[in-house]
Amino acid sequence: MPIATPARKISFRETQIEMAHGAGGKASRRLVEGLFAPLLFGSSPGPLGDAAHIQINGTQIAMTTDSFVVKPLRFPGGSIGELAINGTVNDLAVSGAKAEAVVVTFVLEAGLPTDILEAEVRAMGQAAEKAGVRIAGGDTKVVEHGKADSMYITTTGIGRLLSGVEISPQAVRPGDKVLLSGPIGDHGITILLARGDLDLEADLRSDTRSVLPLVQGLVCEAGAGVRWMRDPTRGGVATSLNELARDCGLGIVLFEEKIPVRDSVRGACELLGLDPLHIANEGQFLAIVSADHAEAALRALRATPGGEEAHAIGEVREQPESAVLVTTLYGGSRIVDMLVGDPLPRIC
Amino acid sequence: MKFVDEFRAPELIAKTGEEIRRLADPNRHYRIMEVCGGHTHAIYRFGLKDLLPSNVELIHGPGCPVCVLPMGRIDDGLSLAAQPDFIFAAFGDMMRVPGTHGSPLEYKARGMDVRIVYSPADALKLARSNPEKHVMFFAIGFETTAPSTALTLVRAKAEGLRNFSVFCNHVTIIPAIRAILDSPDMRLDGFVGPGHVSTVIGCRPYDWIAKDERKPVVVSGFEPLDILQSIVMLLRQLRKGEAKVENQYKRVVPWEGNRAALRAMAEVFELRPYFEWRGLGFISQSALKIRAAYAEWDSEQRFIVPGVRVTDPKAAQCGEVLKGVLKPSQCKLFGRECTPEQPVGALMVSSEGSCAAYYNYEHRKPVTIANAATN
Repeated sequence: MPIATPARKISFRETQIEMAHGAGGKASRRLVEGLFAPLLFGSSPGPLGDAAHIQINGTQIAMTTDSFVVKPLRFPGGSIGELAINGTVNDLAVSGAKAEAVVVTFVLEAGLPTDILEAEVRAMGQAAEKAGVRIAGGDTKVVEHGKADSMYITTTGIGRLLSGVEISPQAVRPGDKVLLSGPIGDHGITILLARGDLDLEADLRSDTRSVLPLVQGLVCEAGAGVRWMRDPTRGGVATSLNELARDCGLGIVLFEEKIPVRDSVRGACELLGLDPLHIANEGQFLAIVSADHAEAALRALRATPGGEEAHAIGEVREQPESAVLVTTLYGGSRIVDMLVGDPLPRIC
Repeated sequence: MKFVDEFRAPELIAKTGEEIRRLADPNRHYRIMEVCGGHTHAIYRFGLKDLLPSNVELIHGPGCPVCVLPMGRIDDGLSLAAQPDFIFAAFGDMMRVPGTHGSPLEYKARGMDVRIVYSPADALKLARSNPEKHVMFFAIGFETTAPSTALTLVRAKAEGLRNFSVFCNHVTIIPAIRAILDSPDMRLDGFVGPGHVSTVIGCRPYDWIAKDERKPVVVSGFEPLDILQSIVMLLRQLRKGEAKVENQYKRVVPWEGNRAALRAMAEVFELRPYFEWRGLGFISQSALKIRAAYAEWDSEQRFIVPGVRVTDPKAAQCGEVLKGVLKPSQCKLFGRECTPEQPVGALMVSSEGSCAAYYNYEHRKPVTIANAATN
């Protein structure tokens, strides 16, 4: 494997790491682009996708890794173990690859009850079986009580590239359509409510699932038209699309009334002053598809079980340059930026 | 969603927009101030400016409690909370507001016990369940949130809960409006009046604006249709040469306000002789102080407060933006030194601040894109 000569110039100037650096928004990007990329990948890392594509003896594989830190460990619709498998399977899927094998690292806090660990390991096994991915190995570390929040899980996966699809932000063109696989915000709002600080209840479940079947359905019917995909996890749809807008230099225009949001998510967001576009998802993905393939793509998504609520939510335009604009039903519009840090409720 | 969707109905909004264009005299420039940060946020979030003719200008007022809080108060609050066995509790709104050495969220990441609460009563609950710790509620807000702080203090006293106190930063809206109207470079035609504040204080306290200053006030709700309808009501008054206080938000705001809430505030609070407002300077009788009868639950009377004063950098033109003399983007620091991630001035701090709202929703919007909702 060719090893890049590291360029030692870093542009990250912040004196210490803050929570925002891990929240998936602008601060995370500054850290990755300003410190990790120049020291580890050479001076120009190119667009930072969900998975790296590597060539080994002429075979292209995709590789990715993700750490899972979530509180509470279990929540309606899922748990940390399920997220850890689905998250990595999904990162590979949206980079155009089918997950083949995953290795797992557990960081456990001394004092963690075994039954809690057992439940999560079982959840991982089931999620892996459902997603059709093999768990090929793992590692365990235990840290002192108080040094970790019950457990952290890291999963690293490799996948085989799906044929008939090539994705890159540079392939995106004005006129392309933005497709979304289903309603947004379910996961983030479920977690917010499951933390129990709010005296709010809603009939809501995390959307954690493998999006691979949907991606396969899409690629099978409209692969030649698929330009770019991303699963909008932390930072939500707004952050993913802002990253794309920045990488391709074009404008993404969304039609607010087309964006599927469940009433309970909308209600919670209205109450708490949050924007559903900034809320995390764990079982949805975005695809940019050329205009001529868009209809077939949407049909394929909707025909795949779990994709019934897919929508075309917007399109790519020349303007606004490198930004995301949302237009409302009555002719108003607003820019939607990346999230700065975690979404916080507004009260006063 | 009930009580939301009816106020976002596209055909009604389009009609109201037409009505505004019909009422606005093309030979006249209208400067209307929306006092409340919630309105500012809604105006940007729904892109309402795109629906207004160019001679109807909205000026963003001082009604964002986070924005007008001087940095020194945050420093004071955080330095108290640095004592051992302290819990710093505040609304989510406060968490990212920077003090000299970081925001409450950054202090939390460094190990301070900082909790987000959704009401002062939640902070009281924290005190009950953590008897070995002292819970300090960092209270902010106008008359909207002051009554719940007052009731919480009444309850704390009744229960004799000694490990709870309030660091009070409550402010009142009327003196701020007066300060803005008294400013010599101020030219306003009318006010979109605060909605939530008025649920507590009612509509009477605005009478002087109509009678003495001859400017119309329309107390308004927060949905797109509410705000546009309030602008229609203001334009109608201006056309007839009237200056009255009107209530567009009747479904929530009683004309007389909420007597029980006002009673609770009177029981617990008195006016401070003066208080510093970020961007506006010292304004007399503009903030609330906890009465001596509740001294034991007043963080400022119970502990020694450093009394930090931090002045905003001279280059920041927050005062001018607050008064509507400058647009956010006309400030020298806007978008360069001063961004929502690293705010220098007050108005960039909260998403309800006019600079942050402008930065987040507006400033990269090309003119050609406005009204491009074709699909």
